[in-house]
Amino acid sequence: MDLTLASFSEIAEAVQSKKVSAKEIATHFHARIEKLNPKLNAFTFINGNAVHDAEALDKRIAQGENIGPLAGVPFGIKEMLCTKGLPTTAGSKILQNFVPPYDSTVVARLKKSGVVVMGKLNQDEFAMGSSNETSFFGSVKNPWNTDCVPGGSSGGSAAAQAARMVAGTIGTDTGGSIRQPANFCGLVGVKPTYGRVSRYGIIAYASSLDQAGPMVSSVKDAALTMEAICGFDEHDVTTTQRKVPAWSKNLSANVKGMRIGLMKEYMKGSINSDVQATVDKAIDTLKKMGAEFVEVSVPMTEFAVPVYYLVAASEASSNLARYDGVKYGYRAEMGNLSAVDLEDFYGKTRGEGFGKEVKRRIMLGTYCLSSGYYDAYYNKAGQVRRMLMNQYLEAFKSCDVVLSPVTTSPAFKIGERVYDPLTMYLNDIYTTSTNLAGLPGMSVPFGMSQEGLPIGVQLTATHFEEQHMLNVAYALEGASDVKGAKPHVF
Amino acid sequence: MSSSGYEAVIGIEIHVQLSTKSKIFCADPTTFDAADNQNTSPVSVGMPGTLPVINKKAIEYSIKTGLALGCTIREKSIFARKNYFYPDLPKGYQISQYDKPICENGSVTFKVNGVEKTVSITRAHMEEDAGKSTHSGDYTLINYNRAGIPLLEVVSGPDIRSAAEAAEYGRTIRNIVRYLDVCDGNLEEGSLRCDCNVSVRKIGAEKFGTKVEIKNVNSFRFVEKAIEYEIDRQIDAVERGEKIIQETRLWDPDKNRTFSMRAKEDAQDYRYFPDPDLLPIVVSKEMINRFMADLPELPIPRAKRFQAEHGLPEYDAQVLTGEKDVADYYEEAAKESKNYKATSNWIMTELIRELNDAKKEIKDSPIKPQQLGKMISLIDNGTISGKIAKTVFSEMWQSGKDPETIIKEKGLVQITDSSAIEKIIDEVLAANPQVVEDHKSGKKKNLLGFFVGAVMKASKGQANPDIVNKILQEKLKV
Repeated sequence: MDLTLASFSEIAEAVQSKKVSAKEIATHFHARIEKLNPKLNAFTFINGNAVHDAEALDKRIAQGENIGPLAGVPFGIKEMLCTKGLPTTAGSKILQNFVPPYDSTVVARLKKSGVVVMGKLNQDEFAMGSSNETSFFGSVKNPWNTDCVPGGSSGGSAAAQAARMVAGTIGTDTGGSIRQPANFCGLVGVKPTYGRVSRYGIIAYASSLDQAGPMVSSVKDAALTMEAICGFDEHDVTTTQRKVPAWSKNLSANVKGMRIGLMKEYMKGSINSDVQATVDKAIDTLKKMGAEFVEVSVPMTEFAVPVYYLVAASEASSNLARYDGVKYGYRAEMGNLSAVDLEDFYGKTRGEGFGKEVKRRIMLGTYCLSSGYYDAYYNKAGQVRRMLMNQYLEAFKSCDVVLSPVTTSPAFKIGERVYDPLTMYLNDIYTTSTNLAGLPGMSVPFGMSQEGLPIGVQLTATHFEEQHMLNVAYALEGASDVKGAKPHVF
Repeated sequence: MSSSGYEAVIGIEIHVQLSTKSKIFCADPTTFDAADNQNTSPVSVGMPGTLPVINKKAIEYSIKTGLALGCTIREKSIFARKNYFYPDLPKGYQISQYDKPICENGSVTFKVNGVEKTVSITRAHMEEDAGKSTHSGDYTLINYNRAGIPLLEVVSGPDIRSAAEAAEYGRTIRNIVRYLDVCDGNLEEGSLRCDCNVSVRKIGAEKFGTKVEIKNVNSFRFVEKAIEYEIDRQIDAVERGEKIIQETRLWDPDKNRTFSMRAKEDAQDYRYFPDPDLLPIVVSKEMINRFMADLPELPIPRAKRFQAEHGLPEYDAQVLTGEKDVADYYEEAAKESKNYKATSNWIMTELIRELNDAKKEIKDSPIKPQQLGKMISLIDNGTISGKIAKTVFSEMWQSGKDPETIIKEKGLVQITDSSAIEKIIDEVLAANPQVVEDHKSGKKKNLLGFFVGAVMKASKGQANPDIVNKILQEKLKV
């Protein structure tokens, strides 16, 4: 078995049957992290105890314990998710010394399923960014072309997975932060339906949009990860009571008769020709497999990006208020505190602790929530959001899955858009509406640009119908001619 | 200074600390005497990624209080974030309720100096408490034990017109929440905190004057004094042509005056918005009906019933119903004694005095209500005299024994046998020939009392005083 490319099932089966020890696997990937991280900057913290944790797993197996479907699978975890005893910084200076005394529910469930946590993955600061350039820990490089961004905000997860520094990664998606970097790095990235995954212990960016999910190398691995992390959590009242389906068992590449929607609004505008070609090829492939295509319309998507930035920034302005230097995290040097005015204390700590993009969004959100502006911005955005969701639900009456591009172009160059926030924000044009409507969405690789950068397609389903999109993705994965392509840094 | 021509306009916000075992959004205990920061967890200190989960008891207590205050319970109420920075506010926002509070539009009616007064309750909303800062020279310590304690903020309309009304309003709310057992009503420990908004205006004026907030007054006596002081201060200022400054003031109980704590900044913008981490609180009609049916009889209707059905004077009815435990005790004792007024008297004088001396709550009284009731019935059927009853009562307090047992053990049964009493009387008369002579000659008046006392003493208080009187009068007839 080639450990580097092994699937989750292969690893778990080998570890559980003692053919390969979890220790051996952890050691193998630990060495890859040590070797490749200087080139990519994907990891912010490497878990020095990973091999030891794997050993403990081996001992339990030796005692006859059946560990679980992810036994010994090494994972990297985005910095947004709290990991007990491991730094959790959200990619920000303001949390640079924060080590949580608790695991996020996602991490606790992964560990329970047998996952070995190899370390923490770089990201845009507080998940605010689309290129991983806003991280306090520096940019992450795209393993396919190190001049390019890996996407964001889960850029570290994407780069680490593409270069196979780990077998699996977790990202978070507030407006596309799983799907866009997965698209830029040739991965399967899934944002489950809002409410599927507990947000407990995940640093909040925009509470009504945030959702964690897998960024992995195959649809089946994605389904297995989702089965491990999804489901009701008493610590998060927004999680659904619905049972977690057996997505991996139910995977089927048979899309005959499946109704796939093409959204009118997403099929116009300036799309990169390689992206267009990939989408066209996917449509063609699925048609040949017997899928039916229908045109659907969600006119409100026109406003998705502005609505997203109003909602997300508003919630963020409140969510990030707790980082004040009082209880934990960064506190600015101020000499004798008795001589410092409270407002100066906050101003200096937050001024130094947060990066530019985070401050920009805090200010935007604070403004939107201010009295006199609330109705015009936050409230109005909420109304548009509800209309958008209703239009989506209407569209899903005539189709099972909506297929679209993930982004307008493949990965762009580092530094290319960092000084142009508006162009950067437009990167999220196809991804934000999924979050606003609470729908499940995913990105699956299906093409390659002329420059050799991966391109995927986005699939969206109606609430709690992840199986539909997973099946379409599974069909595309099976028919893909870019499968097995390896990035430049590997 | 003359206050004539002015009237005060007062509204009161009472923070009722709901006596749930755990905090409103996490499982931390709510014990008052915990060590600093002992009652905390990642959720209550606002660590990254933590989320609030509503304590259902807090909702239940809020609904019950709302119903008792005659409020409408909102079928769907919303938690909102109130955003502001302060070190003892762990998340940088307080979870509260804004435009959709759980309780609205109620009222309470009570009596002040015999006059009935109704005060409207604008709203009662749920929120979490903040921590406590202790400033000490060049540093500040923060204790987050209180952060996340459930509060119900009861907001009155601007209907109160005097300091006495304000204090009585406060007592009424306190009695109600204690009756409901949703708050211990302890002002010193902060379980009930009063903020009073006070302004004055010329009688007949439509516009309110500038209001001043008096914060955190920790007894209703001080509420009354603070408001009295504040009304006078404001009228004086207006009379002198000064402008009232909108500010927050505190009460100094040593100097008997209010003093300025801080000027109110121009209405701070709290940027309220619905908390996306919490679901709306949905209250069904069935739930409301169930809580409504479970509501205990409240102090004011109960007092009215005691007057109407038991014939108690208003004063007795009010004292007895002030505390639910006292009223319950009275009802149980009265059921046994069937003598309402006597039961009321014994509780309000003897029992309350003993309880106060021993610093005991009535529910911990060594004399159980049935025992007290039984004792009173033994007086009424002539088994013991009222005087002996005091001995029996004191023995019951000491030993907790039944009155019959004590009477039997100590031989305290009243002597009602006329011949036995006559025998004692004859002995007393024989022992005091000179006094008998004085009486009969009319040399001294009112000597009957002397003989009654002597006979009672000779009988160790057991002779029936009525019979003693009757026989003595006959024997001493001139």
